[in-house]
Amino acid sequence: MPKKVQSINDSPLVNMPSSSYIPQRDLYKTPALETHHLGVDFGGLRAVDDFNLTIGATEIAGLIGPNGAGKTTVFNLLTKVYEPTTGTILIKGIDTHNKNTVQLNKLGVARTFQNIPLFDNLTVEENVKLGMHNSTGYDMMTGILRLPKYWKQEKAAHDRALELLSIFDLQDKADWKAGSLPYGAQRRLEIVRALATDPCLLLLDEPAAGMNPSETSELMENIVKIRDTFQIAILLIEHDMNLVMGICEGICVLNFGKIIAKGTPDEIQATPAVIEAYLGRKKED
Amino acid sequence: MKKKILRSYLITFGMVIVAFIFCQYFQGHGMSRTLKGQLIPICAYIVMALSLNLVVGVSGELSLGHAGFMSVGAFTGVIISGWLLNGFGVESTVMRLLLGILGGGLTAGIAGFLIGIPVLRLRGDYLAIVTLAFGEIIRNIINCIWISVDGKSLHFAVTNNVPGTVLVNGPQGAVKVARIATFPAGFVLVLFTLVVILNLVNSHPGRAIMAARDNRIAAESVGISVLKYKTMAFVTSAVLAGMAGALYGLSISTFDPSKFDFNTSINILVFVVLGGIGNMSGSIIAAAVLTILPEKLRAFSDYRMLAYAIVLILVMIATNSAQVRGLIAKFAPKKKSAVKGDDGNA
Repeated sequence: MPKKVQSINDSPLVNMPSSSYIPQRDLYKTPALETHHLGVDFGGLRAVDDFNLTIGATEIAGLIGPNGAGKTTVFNLLTKVYEPTTGTILIKGIDTHNKNTVQLNKLGVARTFQNIPLFDNLTVEENVKLGMHNSTGYDMMTGILRLPKYWKQEKAAHDRALELLSIFDLQDKADWKAGSLPYGAQRRLEIVRALATDPCLLLLDEPAAGMNPSETSELMENIVKIRDTFQIAILLIEHDMNLVMGICEGICVLNFGKIIAKGTPDEIQATPAVIEAYLGRKKED
Repeated sequence: MKKKILRSYLITFGMVIVAFIFCQYFQGHGMSRTLKGQLIPICAYIVMALSLNLVVGVSGELSLGHAGFMSVGAFTGVIISGWLLNGFGVESTVMRLLLGILGGGLTAGIAGFLIGIPVLRLRGDYLAIVTLAFGEIIRNIINCIWISVDGKSLHFAVTNNVPGTVLVNGPQGAVKVARIATFPAGFVLVLFTLVVILNLVNSHPGRAIMAARDNRIAAESVGISVLKYKTMAFVTSAVLAGMAGALYGLSISTFDPSKFDFNTSINILVFVVLGGIGNMSGSIIAAAVLTILPEKLRAFSDYRMLAYAIVLILVMIATNSAQVRGLIAKFAPKKKSAVKGDDGNA
């Protein structure tokens, strides 16, 4: 029997963490998102570590965890607001290495934020039209000279904007300044703006924050409606467990930057690690 | 909303056209000599204020060296005009003026592009610092170059022995400029600037510029390249400033580089701030009034600049006081309803 060669190869093989929880209907479609060993360091702090997640092409997935778990950091990694230290992100199977936020949006990643950064001084309609940036193709000269292409595309953009706004009942407020909308409407407008970019993956950061129960249930219906109409994947961060357990097919629980559980809502609710992360360990005596 | 835009177009253009006709009429009917001489500079400063407003108001960046672009445009315009006349025998003043203005816009645009590309990548007020330096650098460079035209060729030198007809004479600046700029040409340039800026602001690229100003991260998240659109606004502004410079340069017989110093940049910024940041018709009025004002204040002789400062302060206090605003709102019922609407929404 030959002697084993002592080299760098002499390292034990470990199982790659499986991340394949996707709905069965998406099995033969390219997943909207795959991340492998995604991680980021802030100085000496590893804010997100070994984050593996796959989201099916038409899946509604939830990302939950206690405050400071690193959920928004994950979003910032997925949209390249932060450059990952380790790991890869595949959008529709395409590697996003060396791509920036703008290019990622062109690939089909759209997101909303916790603090609702709308373009406050522009109207609701203009906000949505800006979301259509990738499909509004005329250049500056066409705009200044008011060539026929300008009128055609502006008309198309106007119609599409109203169509999208009507999903969230905002079409009547198209001429309002975005900053003057009530809070709930601003949240909805932000989702419409993200949808206008024609994404394949929509990231929603606490879409129900500050909403009352009836608004939240309306939002839940709308999220499902969006997925059904546009056939896109949605990943949402949310603290409202009714919403998460109500509409998410797959849930991923994050604590201290690490995934502690993945699975269906029922599985998650029964996982001791999740209960511990949220409620603390039961005192042994 | 379409109607609102149309109304703002009509008001702005109407104001400019009425002012032009008014001035044209009074030029032949008892306008004072000093005011006549001021007409073209007023046009140039209006264009400067509008173009700076594109950077400060629409794009949300601060430029403290706008006079630098004016300077580049002015000297280019004078050189092109002199070159065409002495080298190619082009007598037509319209042709020379047009090419001078276009050339001035082009060189200033190139300068703006070279500055904008590196600086607009940074977040913060770096543009203000770099443009401030640019204005001073341009002034000092032009201070020590001599340009002349001999036959068909242009000569550049850093000493004063250049052959042929001298166009730019070092620290003395542009000398013996043929004054070919006319008031109607200035009026056309103002209209051109207004068309460019208003059409830009009310088109998708213009909205993208405003989005990049309002929220950088949100703009990037919907696929708007902040660098591209900020550069677009800055270069457009530089081109227009260069054109204004060429118009200005071709309207006076001699001017030196120190004409376009830091003070001029700040004066233009004052026009923009006083007229209202992002408010184009405000910029026009402020530029016109504040160009005439120092001349009218000559009666105060030594206290002229003091009076100028006091007037500025009074205007700022007045436009910010609730009583004056209420008074204005009384005469403008449409504005009042808009305010009401805002309250209702909050």
